[in-house]
Amino acid sequence: MKARIDVMLKTGVLDPQGAAVQHALGALGFEGVNEVRQGKVIMLDLADGTSEETIKDMCEKLLANTVIESYRIEIL
Amino acid sequence: MKAAVLQFPGSNCDRDMYMALKNAGADVSMVWHKDAELPQGVDVVGVPGGFSYGDYLRCGAIAANSPITNALKAHVERGGYAFGICNGFQVLTEARLLPGALLRNAGLKYICKTTPLAVEITDSPYTSAYTQGQHIGIPIAHHDGNYTADESTLDMLEGEGRVAFRYLDNPNGSKRDIAGIVSENRRVLGMMPHPERAAEPQHGNEDGKLFFTSLLDAVVSA
Repeated sequence: MKARIDVMLKTGVLDPQGAAVQHALGALGFEGVNEVRQGKVIMLDLADGTSEETIKDMCEKLLANTVIESYRIEIL
Repeated sequence: MKAAVLQFPGSNCDRDMYMALKNAGADVSMVWHKDAELPQGVDVVGVPGGFSYGDYLRCGAIAANSPITNALKAHVERGGYAFGICNGFQVLTEARLLPGALLRNAGLKYICKTTPLAVEITDSPYTSAYTQGQHIGIPIAHHDGNYTADESTLDMLEGEGRVAFRYLDNPNGSKRDIAGIVSENRRVLGMMPHPERAAEPQHGNEDGKLFFTSLLDAVVSA
């Protein structure tokens, strides 16, 4: 089984990289880009039957820093 | 005083930290990240700067879960002294031994320069030889030194007098100009600036020397 983890900086946490990307899009002439938030995607190839609880544990203990990041698990 | 300096793949300030501790009078040993135990009788553990594990995933995240870090956690739980400089600070926050986190610098640039700091507290084992409010110049060298925590955590740190050093000219966007903090029992310290790079006459700046002499005094007299 496969799982996809989206890790994003929490709302309200400054994302200077996202802001730089937004600025660069503006410089390319793209208008109306109100905000850019940059995160990461982690793809996991897991033993069949791995519980969502276990994946959540992986996120809490390592894949995301919950002080500043939120995560979303999608079983594929 | 017995001190141990941890070495992770990618640590690069380990020898500087070793020398600063040694020059202050400590008996220092280097400890490899795969070791599961600290040397017998260690009083102080130093987590050095660098790019542990290539900063993969997040700065300090992998190091915070390596075997020696479990031994470090046990050492801190026993009331042991530990400090992290730069990447070491990132490791200590990732290991949840200190609150908050270090984000990418607000200006997105890696910054390497001597930065003015105010010593905010003198009732910690790392700052007792300074004077309250003293201005010192300490080098910074980081890309991810932008300290953040939620407002209630920041209020708690301020209220408990746990902000050890504050930037006078905030270089990286850190909340409330925070450059370094201590734990509730004040024995664990994390800071982004490098006192070990300003601790010998040859460095051209000895403003960081008192950090190590404070520590020696505190541990030897404890």
